[in-house]
Amino acid sequence: MTTTLNRAAVAGADSGTRHGVWSGRHGLVIALCGLALVVVVVVSTFIGPAGLRPLAVLREFGDALPWVSVESGLSSQQRAVLWDIRLPRIVMGVVVGGMLALAGAAYQGVFRNPLADPYLLGVSSGAGLGATIVIVSGGLIGPFGLPVVAFAGGLAGVAATYALSSTVGGPRSAGVIVLAGVAVAAFFDSVQTFIQQRYDETIRSVYAWLLGQLVTTGWGDVLSVLPYVVLSAAVILAHRRVLDVMAVGDTEAGSLGVDPVRTRLLVILAATLGTAAVVSVSGLIGFVGIVVPHTIRLLFGVSHRVLLPVSILLGAAFLVAADIVARTVLSPAEIPIGVVTALVGAPFFLIVLRRARHADG
Amino acid sequence: MRSLTVLVGLASVAIVAASCGGTDTTASNEAATSAAVESLVAPSSGDGAFPVTVASGDSDSTDEVVIDARPEAIVSLSPTATEMLFAVGAGDQVVAVDDQSDYPEDVPVTDLSGFEPNVEAILGYAPDLVIAASDPGELVAGLDAAGIPVLLLPSATDLDDTYAQIERVGAATGHIGDAAELVGQMQADIAEILAEVPAGTEQLTYYHELDDTFYSVTGDTFIGAVYASLGLTSIADAAGSDAYPQLSQEFIVSADPDVIFLADTQCCGVTPEQVAARPGWAGMSAVTGARVYPVDEDVASRWGPRVVDFLRSTADQVATLQPAG
Repeated sequence: MTTTLNRAAVAGADSGTRHGVWSGRHGLVIALCGLALVVVVVVSTFIGPAGLRPLAVLREFGDALPWVSVESGLSSQQRAVLWDIRLPRIVMGVVVGGMLALAGAAYQGVFRNPLADPYLLGVSSGAGLGATIVIVSGGLIGPFGLPVVAFAGGLAGVAATYALSSTVGGPRSAGVIVLAGVAVAAFFDSVQTFIQQRYDETIRSVYAWLLGQLVTTGWGDVLSVLPYVVLSAAVILAHRRVLDVMAVGDTEAGSLGVDPVRTRLLVILAATLGTAAVVSVSGLIGFVGIVVPHTIRLLFGVSHRVLLPVSILLGAAFLVAADIVARTVLSPAEIPIGVVTALVGAPFFLIVLRRARHADG
Repeated sequence: MRSLTVLVGLASVAIVAASCGGTDTTASNEAATSAAVESLVAPSSGDGAFPVTVASGDSDSTDEVVIDARPEAIVSLSPTATEMLFAVGAGDQVVAVDDQSDYPEDVPVTDLSGFEPNVEAILGYAPDLVIAASDPGELVAGLDAAGIPVLLLPSATDLDDTYAQIERVGAATGHIGDAAELVGQMQADIAEILAEVPAGTEQLTYYHELDDTFYSVTGDTFIGAVYASLGLTSIADAAGSDAYPQLSQEFIVSADPDVIFLADTQCCGVTPEQVAARPGWAGMSAVTGARVYPVDEDVASRWGPRVVDFLRSTADQVATLQPAG
C-alpha cells in the first residue's frame, strides 16, 4: 500500500495533473474549503436543544459587532447559552477537528503509510493512559497537568512504536510500524484498563473521556489548548514542501538536501503535541485523522501543500458537523461525539484499506 | 483493535482478580466462631426455621435459593445488601463485604469485588451464604459448584421492591421478625415525611446531576420516583426513553430548573460554588436562589434502609422552596 501512495505522491507533487481538476489551483481549493467551514460553523450556531431562533442569533451577532446596536430579543439566559455554552463548544470543535485531521495527515506523510493516525501509532493510547492517571489521582497534578501528562504519554506511545519498529524491521517498513503501533497501543490500553479496575469510582469520567466529548467545553478549555495547537500546526505547515520531497523515499530526499530523520522527528513531535493537547480536553475522538485526509487526497490530490491546510479546514468542518448530529439526534440528550465519528469513520476506514490492497495486488 | 483491547482488558481483570486471592482465613474463622457464640448466648428475635427457601433475582424472577441452616459466615458483594444485613440485625453473621461497602462504619471490608468477583477469593472466607447484586462472570454457577447458596438482590426498582428485598434478607438470615419490623418502621417514617410536604410543590422542576458530564435521571427511575413523591419533576423527562440520559448543557441552562441536586460531589468533586462558576450557569434561578444541593451519592444510589434518610433530607430542602409553589 505504501508504494501506491508513494507513486501517487510523486505524481501529485510533480505535475498535479493526475489527480482531479482541482490540483494546481491551491488558492481556490483552500478558499472554497474555508468557505465550507464558515457555512458549517454558522449553521451550527443556529442549532441546539435550547431552541434559539436563527434570526435572533444573527441579530445577536450583529449587535456584538463594533458600532452596531441591534435588539436581538434574546433573554440574558439565552445570551448566556449562546455565548458561554454553544459558541465555545463550536470553536472547540473547530480546534479539535482541525488538529486531529492535520495530525493524521502529518503522520501519514512522515510514516508514508495511509493507515497511520494517532490511534494506530499508540499516541492516543499513551495520551489516554496519561489522562487516566491524572483523573484517578484526583487532579493532584493540578489543572494544567492533564495536557502535559497526556503529551508525555502520547510521546512515550509514539516513541515506543518507533523504537520497536526500528529494532524489528527498520523505520522504513510501513507494515512493521503499524504492527508495532498495535502492540504498543495494546500494552498501554491494558495498563489503563488495570488502573481503571482499581479505581472504579472514577470509571464514569474515564469512560466519558474514552468516548470523546465536546460536552463540558467552555472558553477556558479552548484557551488552554490553543497555544499548543497553534505551535503544532505552524511546525507541521512549515514542513509541507519537505513532506512532498520525502514522499519519494528517504535516500532520494537525502540527495535533494532534506534530512529525513530530523524532519520526521520534528513533525512527529509537533503532531503528537497537538494531538495530546486536544485529546486531553476532548477525549478520544476517533477516525477524524483517517477520514478527512483521505477524502482530501481523493478530491484534490496528494500534495502536502494542499493536503495539510485543507485538512485543518475540512477536519474542523467535519467535527463541527458531527457535533451537530451528536447534540440534536436525541435532543435534549447527547450522543458521545466519538460514537458519531466512528459510525462514519469505521466503514470509511475499510474502504481505504480495500482500495489500498486492490492497488497493491 | 477493539477485540484486542477487550482481550487485554480481560487479561488485566485476571491479574486484578488474582491479586485478590490471598485472604486471611484465620480472621474469618474467628469472626465466624464469635458470631456463632453470640447467637447462642443471645438468640435474635424472630428466628425463622431452617431450611428456608428464598426468592433470588429481581422482583419478577422465579429463581429460588435454598438455605439449609442459619448462615453464620455471610459474604456480601453489594453495598446495598450490606446495609440491609446490618439493618435487620444480621451484622454478626457477616464475615466479609466487598470493597464498595462502607456502611455501617465497622463492616468487615475486604478487597472482594462485586463487579469482577473471583470465586476462589470468595471461597477463601468459607462462606455459607453469598449475597450479590448481579451475576457477572459465572459467579452463581461457580459458587453453586462449591455448594454455596447465592442470593441475588439486583438494584430495587421501587420502594416495594426495597421492602421485599429487606424481607428476603431477613428470611435468609433468620431475622424475619426484625426485617418485618424494619419495613414497618420505614413505611411509617416515609408516610410521616410525605404528610409534612407542603402543598404546591407540583410545579417544581429539578436537575439531578450524576457526574460532571451532565448525566441525569428521569422520573422513570427509583430516585426519580422518590423525587416525584415529593412533587418534583425532572427536566430530563424531556429526553424520552433513556432513564439515565446525558443532557446537553445548553438544555439544562435554558430549562432553568428550580433546584439542582449534585450527586457528583464525591465522584467528581463538584461543589455548588463550581456550578455557579460554570460558563452560562450563573443566571440560573437555582444558582441565584442558592438551591444547589449536594446529595450523598451512596445514600442516593443504594436503595436499602437509608432511602428514608435521603427522602427526609430532600423533603427538608423542598420545604424551603415553598414560595415558588
